[in-house]
Amino acid sequence: MKKLLEKHPLAIRWFHWINFPVLAIMMWSGLLIYWANDVYRIGWGDTTLLKFFPKSFYEALHVPFQLAKGMAWHFVVMWLFVLNGVAYVLYTLFSGEWRYLVPGRHALREAWQVVMHDLGIRKAPLPVRKYNAAQQLAYSAVVLMGVGSALTGFAIYKPTELAGLTTLLGGYEWARAEHFILTLGYALFFVVHVAQVIRAGWNNFRSMIAGFELVDAPTPSSKPTRP
Amino acid sequence: MTSPQRPTPTPDDEAVEQEAARRSRRAFLTAGIASLAALGGWRWLVTRPTDDGALWPLRRVLDVNGKISKEFLSNADLAPVFPRSRAKAPRINGSLGLKSPLDTAAWRLQVQGMRADGPAPVRTFSLADIQALPRVEMTTELKCIEGWSVVVNWAGARFSDFVTRYQLASAADLAPYVHLVTPDQKYYVGLDMQSALHPQTLLCYEMNGQPLTLEHGAPLRLVTPLKYGIKHIKRIGSIAFTRQRPADYWAQRGYDWYSGL
Repeated sequence: MKKLLEKHPLAIRWFHWINFPVLAIMMWSGLLIYWANDVYRIGWGDTTLLKFFPKSFYEALHVPFQLAKGMAWHFVVMWLFVLNGVAYVLYTLFSGEWRYLVPGRHALREAWQVVMHDLGIRKAPLPVRKYNAAQQLAYSAVVLMGVGSALTGFAIYKPTELAGLTTLLGGYEWARAEHFILTLGYALFFVVHVAQVIRAGWNNFRSMIAGFELVDAPTPSSKPTRP
Repeated sequence: MTSPQRPTPTPDDEAVEQEAARRSRRAFLTAGIASLAALGGWRWLVTRPTDDGALWPLRRVLDVNGKISKEFLSNADLAPVFPRSRAKAPRINGSLGLKSPLDTAAWRLQVQGMRADGPAPVRTFSLADIQALPRVEMTTELKCIEGWSVVVNWAGARFSDFVTRYQLASAADLAPYVHLVTPDQKYYVGLDMQSALHPQTLLCYEMNGQPLTLEHGAPLRLVTPLKYGIKHIKRIGSIAFTRQRPADYWAQRGYDWYSGL
């Protein structure tokens, strides 16, 4: 017998889909700003493994010479990012949704099992609940990253007025680097997230739009009786 | 020949499927309308006329951001200071307003103060007049709007001492703005009075223990860790205290007028 299982509350679906274009605009405008002083790289001494970013990358995305435009967008849309994020966190706290999200004590071990399962190495089925431990860790981390982006962002936006915050984060230049690393984190999250959503299939994707999942439930007659 | 037995859908299952289809239709319709609305909003925004190089709705928000920032700014907010040993020479960045020849000995600062009955007559100051004010030395981090920063040791007179000593603006509410312009008028900067009167805003004549060089703004430049480097105007030729928000070179080219840190 089939039934509808309520999965994502309406508010969370709105927060999620508002955040998507807002974060995209923040990353794009951030890139326009970063271009004007693109000093970060992975490497040592004179050896550079990866430069952030190669010229071809900038040109493909029409990044060069748009610092003013990048700053204008960044310092307008930041308010939407912060408001939406704060509303989401408050809703999660007051609705009790945080219980599904915050990793439990055995989360690390279970998350490892999930990774092994998803890579096809471990065959045993995963525990069935709204979010498995790997999801809990990833989704909790990305919320904390949002907090981190807001804090490091304000630290480089107002390093004199908020000098205490900037100093706490290691100074102006460190705060800028932290802000950049968090953004790389979103890009990485996005790739894994979209791949997993595709893997999980239509029923799961639809639940982020319509809120429910269609599941096979045991028929009432075969339902085990509980003491 | 027998086909493998499949569970036949019960009437209940059909009802559930219908309910799922109904809810999906409604949700995807809402999602579609919301996406179109968002796209429409974006189209509207990016086709607005610009105000000094920035789309006017963005410019409005930037100005509100500046107001919020100014509202919270107090003279007690001090930029961090660093040991003198960390000071370096900043890169030479920006020669706007410095291209005409300069006779340092003949240089004079033209200042138009503001009184209750209106703008005061222009007064002239020599470098010695500025150097007669208490000398203040600070080692702060210069932040370029491009994103780089460097610790520099500066020395000069507090802008607020200059204003008080020579009675250039009797009250901040009479002249909420300051306009600073190079002698050739090719570069100009607008400042809010609160930032101008902050204790770390200097009329600077020495950098890293040496008199300013020409490319760093000799004989007199502005230094303030409350603002990006674009507001640190070099080779100041004239200063005016104004009631209207004055023009600012980079703010006319899409940047935030306030540009406060």
